[in-house]
Amino acid sequence: MYDTIIIGAGMSGLAAGIRLAHFNQRVCVLERHYTIGGLNSFYRLGGRDYDVGLHAVTNFTPKGAKKGPLARLLRQLRFKWEDFSLSPQIGSTIAFPDVQLQFGNGLELLEAEIAAKFPAQKDAFQQLLAKIIDYDDLDENNFGGSTRAVLSATISDPLLIEMLLCPLMWYGNAREHDMDFGQFCIMFRSIFMEGFARPFAGVRLILKNLVRRFRSLGGELKLRSGVERIKVKDGKAIGVVLDSGEELEGRRILSSAGLVETIRLCEDITEVDEQQAGQMSFTESISILDKQPKQLGFDRTIVFYNDSDTFHWQRPTDALCDMRTGVICSPNNYMYDESDGDLPDGVIRITTIADSDRWMALSEDEYKLEKLRWYDRTIASAVRFIPDFRGHVIDTDMFTPNTIRRFTWHDNGAVYGAPEKRLDGTTHLPNLFLCGTDQGFVGIIGSIVSGISIANQHCLRE
Amino acid sequence: MTPAEIRDEILDILEDIAPDEDLGDLKDEVAFREQLELDSMDFLDIVMELRKRHRVQVPEEDYGQLASMQSTVTYLTPLMKDLQKA
Ligand SMILES: Cc1cc2nc3c(=O)[nH]c(=O)nc-3n(C[C@H](O)[C@H](O)[C@H](O)COP(=O)(O)OP(=O)(O)OC[C@H]3O[C@@H](n4cnc5c(N)ncnc54)[C@H](O)[C@@H]3O)c2cc1C
Repeated sequence: MYDTIIIGAGMSGLAAGIRLAHFNQRVCVLERHYTIGGLNSFYRLGGRDYDVGLHAVTNFTPKGAKKGPLARLLRQLRFKWEDFSLSPQIGSTIAFPDVQLQFGNGLELLEAEIAAKFPAQKDAFQQLLAKIIDYDDLDENNFGGSTRAVLSATISDPLLIEMLLCPLMWYGNAREHDMDFGQFCIMFRSIFMEGFARPFAGVRLILKNLVRRFRSLGGELKLRSGVERIKVKDGKAIGVVLDSGEELEGRRILSSAGLVETIRLCEDITEVDEQQAGQMSFTESISILDKQPKQLGFDRTIVFYNDSDTFHWQRPTDALCDMRTGVICSPNNYMYDESDGDLPDGVIRITTIADSDRWMALSEDEYKLEKLRWYDRTIASAVRFIPDFRGHVIDTDMFTPNTIRRFTWHDNGAVYGAPEKRLDGTTHLPNLFLCGTDQGFVGIIGSIVSGISIANQHCLRE
Repeated sequence: MTPAEIRDEILDILEDIAPDEDLGDLKDEVAFREQLELDSMDFLDIVMELRKRHRVQVPEEDYGQLASMQSTVTYLTPLMKDLQKA
């Protein structure tokens, strides 16, 4: 009998596992895939190391900072700041056709850029900052509400509104078109006020730290152990049945599989409302270059581009992908320690919005062909905003909503989960809880914080 | 445990929760919150660590007693006086 069974060995499940094991619970993390990491895993292909998701660890604050999610999670998991080996970004760009805004870690550069390029909006931007600073991220009650309404009441230049929304929606908005104001504030702080960083070794370093700690505290991790069903008796969850048929008993269950995905596992539920699942899924096109991007004149860490004055954040309605907007990331362009040197290869990663239904409906042959076709279109679209690197590509990989679905089992290959979050982490069963993406916090740091806070709230107080 | 031993134990817990803090010049009569920037999650952790290490249960209505080092030691002395230092 386990005190807590955790479904999913992604960031949130592992973080929750550490908290519970640290306080002497008997905990088991069950993962269907043969490896850990979920939406932010890693793999090896053609002799090279790849990250599935990692562009940037958000919420970066320097050593010694005591406030903010990074400091909070390090304390809660008893890690030292050095354990995550984070190197800060060089600098990032929001690129629209006629205007570009540069930003770095901390607000200074962004404020100067706005003052220079939108001088009439300088005071309005300060007013917006005041609203963002006032927002209390531990109070669930004012999470909802339209960001676009707040922005247009504060800022009178629609272009600046679109430019501010672009990176924040890209890095954490599950809702189409608009954004919950609470989520906007959380993302604004994590990207513009805190910032981006990356471990030289990639996401595997963070994941390996999490797993090593979990195991050293006596936690059990079972890979290739998908949960096929959650057993329910007298209105309570009593355990799980694995894909293999094996049964495990638990006093409570914490799931990071997603809301719809978790409810569907419950024996007592016959129908779930699949409409609730998230819609926003992506392709990721990875190009390996024969040079460091800097040698090609490209030194930006992340570029969020959009090819008109209006930013469209929605699932594509007429094609497999939307070529109007995307995110370009070069993992090379961080300020790594001199002792680390450069990454072995130049890498450019580009994310685009994709329609999972269309991708899922392709036959195997069509799928291969479309991947090639959309890789080419994606790069062609991106090089409108950065130096053309196409002559230097020596290897490529691409993944699609199908890949995300196949390895994380999220409906629609949704990356940021359902638009309606379950901030309190509860479900229809009193001892079944949600953490991760669908609970509310997204991203690497967000999902770790989610695992910690749901473990604290529901699994440790008795 | 004597009050001095309890104080050491609390310091040890704080070091564990906030390894980057300099606890050398902690003032016993000033609130932790003012000196260490601990948030509500960290306060819960002091309670959880006391339970884990010494099986001392601090009920939620008494959390306020753990505001400073002085008040914490005063509050814990009767609860921990019969425990042996590990
Ligand atoms: C392409 C891409 C790029 C990204 N870039 C960034 C970035 O640069 N920075 C950033 O901060 N974030 C990024 N993210 C987002 C970030 O990866 C996620 O928000 C975060 O990893 C979510 O963690 P989680 O624990 O909530 O969910 P998941 O990682 O999805 O964990 C859920 C786990 O549950 C498992 N599971 C599901 N069903 C079952 C079942 N029935 N039985 C057993 N196991 C099951 C899944 O396999 C999975 O491992 C990116 C994501 C993607 C896809």
